[in-house]
Amino acid sequence: MDFVIPKETYTGSIPEIEFGKAKTVRFAGESALPMHFFEGAFPNKPLIAFEIQDAQPDDYPEELSKVYSSVWDDPVRWAKFCASLGAEAIALRLMSSHPDSKDSKPNEVADIVKKVLSEIELPLIILGSNHTEKDAEVLPVVADASRGYNCIIGKAQEGNYKTIAASAMAGGHSLIAMSELDVNLAKQLNILITQTGFPKEKIVIDPMCSALGYGFEYTYSVMERIRIAGLLQGDEMLRSPMVADVGFYVWKTKEVQATQSDIPEWGSLYERAVIWEATTACSFLLSGAELLIMRHPGAIKITKKFIDDLYSERTE
Amino acid sequence: MAITGIEIFKLLPKTNCKKCGFPTCLAFAMKVAQGQAKIDDCPDVGEEVKAKLKEASTPPIRGFEFGTDTEKIKIGEETVLFRHEKKFNNPVVLAFEIKDTDENIEDKINQVIQSQIERVGQILKVDAVYLRNSSGSAEVFKNAIKTLAEKSPQIPLIFGIENPEIALSACEYYRGGRPILYGAKEENLPEMAEIAEKFNIPLGVSAKGVEKIISLTESLKSKGVEDLIVNTEPSTAGKLLKDNTVIRRSALKKGIKALGYPIITFASSIINDNYSVIPRSTSDEESTEKSLYETIIASLAILKYSSIVVLESIPKWKNLVLFTLKQNIYSDPQVPMQVKQDIYKVGEPDENSPIIITTNFALTYFLVRGEIENSKVPAWLAIMDCDGLSVLTAWAAGKFSASKIAQFIKESGIEQKLAHRELIIPGYVAMLKGAIEDKLSGWKVIVGTKEASAIPAFLKSYMRSKN
Repeated sequence: MDFVIPKETYTGSIPEIEFGKAKTVRFAGESALPMHFFEGAFPNKPLIAFEIQDAQPDDYPEELSKVYSSVWDDPVRWAKFCASLGAEAIALRLMSSHPDSKDSKPNEVADIVKKVLSEIELPLIILGSNHTEKDAEVLPVVADASRGYNCIIGKAQEGNYKTIAASAMAGGHSLIAMSELDVNLAKQLNILITQTGFPKEKIVIDPMCSALGYGFEYTYSVMERIRIAGLLQGDEMLRSPMVADVGFYVWKTKEVQATQSDIPEWGSLYERAVIWEATTACSFLLSGAELLIMRHPGAIKITKKFIDDLYSERTE
Repeated sequence: MAITGIEIFKLLPKTNCKKCGFPTCLAFAMKVAQGQAKIDDCPDVGEEVKAKLKEASTPPIRGFEFGTDTEKIKIGEETVLFRHEKKFNNPVVLAFEIKDTDENIEDKINQVIQSQIERVGQILKVDAVYLRNSSGSAEVFKNAIKTLAEKSPQIPLIFGIENPEIALSACEYYRGGRPILYGAKEENLPEMAEIAEKFNIPLGVSAKGVEKIISLTESLKSKGVEDLIVNTEPSTAGKLLKDNTVIRRSALKKGIKALGYPIITFASSIINDNYSVIPRSTSDEESTEKSLYETIIASLAILKYSSIVVLESIPKWKNLVLFTLKQNIYSDPQVPMQVKQDIYKVGEPDENSPIIITTNFALTYFLVRGEIENSKVPAWLAIMDCDGLSVLTAWAAGKFSASKIAQFIKESGIEQKLAHRELIIPGYVAMLKGAIEDKLSGWKVIVGTKEASAIPAFLKSYMRSKN
């Protein structure tokens, strides 16, 4: 029989995001479901940002502290270390601003952001501590301090998007909009943010990440539904790039912390931890994420290899 | 694709002769559509119509069973492309490859036997063995079967044999159940089809690319061999994703029967070159790297439509990640994942440790448990059966109510294990405090946090207030 590959008809493409100043980088821009090179254009590969924090983290498990403990007391050195490992972008999480952490003042963390920006050339994603009220105080100051550096700021949520979106717009940044594992909530937040005048093509959806084994299938399916709605069902408000904040969720789980002597039937910790982050990340690439925020260099390397293997099918 | 009663009715003689045992042709058609009557019961229906009905009533992706008497595995019969539409049907089979030339076959079988892990109440394990005829000898292969059958007769088998003579002698020799014979390709198709037919076993068929597969499955079908599983021999991750997507989509959306078969994937055959992960001071660095990447390729196959994934190695860390992925992806999107009602220990709690109650929605359980662990405060975690609903939903549905909470705590026997009587409830149900204290005599209710992420700070200050 004559076989013709059945192709979908797509209604548009995902906006492409470019960020950074001294060095810029791009992601998204595709016009078909994830990695469906046979029926759409894929101008950019997915991007992986190395996560660093503004102060020494107190919750990094052994496998991460082994890698970063010599640099993590200084965000600039930490960022440069990531650059030496081949990072194409850095995600700076202002964890010390969380009220349960050091409760750092907006000006204190803004100084750190300025210092990192002045000393590294890589594009920067700046993340709050995910504390709705505190992020509403911190992120506007940070967005202003990084004005002109063309960063991605996040995360705006339903409870704080107004101030954060306004300041991100004034600072000329892109914006991560996070909702909780629901297609309609993601759409609603995008609508609310664009109503403030923020340009829709500079929004990155964070549908809320989760680690393998810990709600993973919810994130996976919500991402698939957002892509299907945006690209196949013509829902423009869901036609945005997506981020998977993988490391933050993966490195909390027991699977990346328990040693082999704690739980013999789980096997070797190093491989288990690295593959837990890599598998979570690679799965979300298949469900639609174009931007990944990750922690372990080993997991990042595997994920990059996977991206390259998939993209070997791209016909230029 | 299911056929409706009306569509069947149109094919019937419409004489209402009652010979089928039903009062009218329409009534009969409805029963046939529901699978409660057989089309053969109508004496007037012609062979052509029967064939048409059979074709229409077969699922768009064929399924079959293989395995041993004690462990039967069903694969195929998938109906959707995306898991949010409907639950993926028959969970992917993870098979471990053993070569008949391996010197340590017994050790490898032990790895399969010992792969069992329990996770969220489910027993997960390596499901099958793919036994490859690397020796090119029928005798060596039979010896390997013998070793396997003696050591563990219940393990379902896939025979990896391309030589029809060896395949024939292996099938004659093996008495353990219904294995899959993997090894039909263009060059040996008629002989392999004959063997599959003779022993009534499923046949694996491989060819490079989707189009070649179509011509082979059509040819096999015309020979009457229909329990098939296919492999398009993808050489990269990108090709695997494309081939599997095209096959699933063609079968489901276009009704292309020649592609309506389950897929088998050999994860290690898709790893084509070397690369280095962060160096580690172990002697077997290269094999570790290959093993890590095999896990990623297997994950792609699990997520994107393979029904059997063959693995070259099955270290415990790899099993844990693949089992978990399989469990997550094959869960029912309509039914929340649930945890068994119980009082769980987090750390090593004693009589003075705090007790926290929440619902048995798996996500809630995992989040709360994880944050209690992060707090480093040993605690009792009381998980109450609320049909897998989250806290607010369960409260709204009346399943997480004061009287039910009180009854659960009383009946759980936890009171004997505690020197205190303070129950921490989720912040979202603060309004239950008074009612629980009324119904649970002697207890004081502490209102905890709304979000799990705030638990570590809450627990630390709670413990400080006790000392």
